[in-house]
Amino acid sequence: MKLVPDFRDANAVRRIASEIARIRLPRPIRLMEVCGGHTAAIYRFGLADLLPREIRLVSGPGCPVCVTANDFVDRAVALAALPKTTIATFGDLIRVPGSTRSLAQARAQGRDVRVFYSSADTLDWARAHPERTVVFLGIGFETTACTLAATLRDAVRDHVTNFKMLSSAKTMPEALRALFSTPGVQVDGLIMPGHVITVAGLDVFSFIPRDFSIPCVVSGFEPTDLMETVLMLCRQIADGRAEMENQYQRVVRPGGNSQARAVIEEVFEPCDTPWRGFGVISRSGLAIRTECREWDAQTIPVEVEPTREHPGCRCGDVLRGLIHPRECPLFGGTCTPETPRGACMVSAEGACAAVHQFAASDHA
Amino acid sequence: MPDSVVTLSHGGGGETMRRFIRELFVREFGNPRLDALADSALLDLPTAQVAFSTDSYVIKPLEFPGGDIGKLAVCGTVNDLAVMGARPLCLSVGFILEEGLEFALLERVVQSMAREARAAGVEIVTGDTKVVPRGDCDGLFINTSGIGVRPLGHGLASEPIQDGDALLISGTIGDHGVAVLTAREGLAFSTRIESDCASLAGLVGRVLESSRGVKWMRDPTRGGLAAVLTELVEGRPFGALIRETFVPVREDVAAVCELLGFDPMHLANEGKVVIVADARDADSILTLLREHPLGTRAAVIGRIIAAGAGTVRVETAVGGLRRLQRPAGELLPRIC
Repeated sequence: MKLVPDFRDANAVRRIASEIARIRLPRPIRLMEVCGGHTAAIYRFGLADLLPREIRLVSGPGCPVCVTANDFVDRAVALAALPKTTIATFGDLIRVPGSTRSLAQARAQGRDVRVFYSSADTLDWARAHPERTVVFLGIGFETTACTLAATLRDAVRDHVTNFKMLSSAKTMPEALRALFSTPGVQVDGLIMPGHVITVAGLDVFSFIPRDFSIPCVVSGFEPTDLMETVLMLCRQIADGRAEMENQYQRVVRPGGNSQARAVIEEVFEPCDTPWRGFGVISRSGLAIRTECREWDAQTIPVEVEPTREHPGCRCGDVLRGLIHPRECPLFGGTCTPETPRGACMVSAEGACAAVHQFAASDHA
Repeated sequence: MPDSVVTLSHGGGGETMRRFIRELFVREFGNPRLDALADSALLDLPTAQVAFSTDSYVIKPLEFPGGDIGKLAVCGTVNDLAVMGARPLCLSVGFILEEGLEFALLERVVQSMAREARAAGVEIVTGDTKVVPRGDCDGLFINTSGIGVRPLGHGLASEPIQDGDALLISGTIGDHGVAVLTAREGLAFSTRIESDCASLAGLVGRVLESSRGVKWMRDPTRGGLAAVLTELVEGRPFGALIRETFVPVREDVAAVCELLGFDPMHLANEGKVVIVADARDADSILTLLREHPLGTRAAVIGRIIAAGAGTVRVETAVGGLRRLQRPAGELLPRIC
């Protein structure tokens, strides 16, 4: 087994870095990476330190665990308390502090909360445990939504009625429109989420360069991909262009993946949904269609505690790129990866966790 | 033995328990100190500093590629003694058995312990067995404590750790973590990754006999290389700088980490040692390590630096710089 060493070639990265350094930028710039996978890769490979000081990388609302609102976690914690109920979740979500407690704390109190690597594994587990109601916490963007949809479709097809999904799946275009319509948000270029666009396609994002004059480059996830993307964005900025370009051509087709979108549309429909830090964004969520309501955990009657944000937590400002994680008063003090106060300190893709875990200097 | 599973009477203090102890534990571990079956073992220790360590083992699954809970329970405690510069002499062992545990499995584990103890040159001199009702523990838990002796004027250099000292590791990292994870989760990969579970007493003893340059040693178990390096620099007037490309990682381990999003530096090892040594001795220590079967992939992975006191930094494969910290929360529970 060998994985992508060519995309991690130090000489290639150095070569791109020196090309970036030669570009004459009109001003210091802020480039936003929208995907949590990009955030993780940038910090893990220490890429920020290879860039000139006038290029600053900021994280956006692209970590699914981070943008999941507290009321979703609260509902999951409440469902966990129901008899014969198992909560099935991706790993990171378990540590997100809800209004008063996390799923990890609920588990420590005896609730049945289990971590699965995929929704399909959860469905298999539900089939093997027909006596339990298995609630899968469906979070993620377009990339994950198609796998959630495929699992839900299988559950419906095979009539596995003890499998339920609590959906907080989200779509990216509306969130980015909301972000750039927010006063005070200043972004000079966007590192576009390669895997989301692999599914969603380029067209739904073309409004960003057109309406907001922000240069966009669709990026892969390896060091040479990200460096090349930064180079392409710098060139657009230096030329005064704002276009949608595709660095990740080996994966992303302009039209996206229509088959994957069809599976999503089969079981999900657009809905208004809350994003941490943004409030409710119109038609940015994926709700389970009424035809499949028997599998929708949202229909399970349960009393959910009133939603409450942790005082002082500025995850919302971090997710909109308004502040750097270090500017949050809780960062590194009461909020650390061991004792996260906010979601951005939990996930491996969260900006706060990435800075706390990996940043080797103040520039990063 | 007629029974096929452990029952509560095996821990009940009666005849069944007496036979159980004699016919399994004494048979496998036998030595004059244990055979007496007194309430304590009596030891004649040489005049030296005594090292004393304890550890409990709750790994799941009980058997995994490259080892089992018994081998781990011997190696783990032996290694804790060895990296302190002590020669391991004897172990105690406490078993907590769940009612219904298969005898065949227990026998394999006990034989594996006996084999590993002989190989490491330690005797199991005292022990205890408890049986708890089904559901009150998960199969089998083991505690071992160990005593070792550190010769007066032992082999560790007395000079303080300082700028320029070399950091070495005795081989590839992450093997144990990935082996246990793939065995437990039933993840099927094209290659079989074995745990590195091994006793380090021989390797460490050889290095300390032949070199005066070793200043500090640790075995990077839970929390991996990241945990021992952060422990090394925490609150100290120096930092550590690691070159990612110098750190030996098996290709298949790297691939599994890539797929599952783990950093190999966070994964547990059970047969590796991290060494801080005077830079002038680094080459000779590296040669000593590589001459030993457990150290063939030993490497110098970085150095102690005056800058960035208290922090560990990694020069990444692409030339960037990042900080290395302990893994947060429960990365992989019940890994040892």
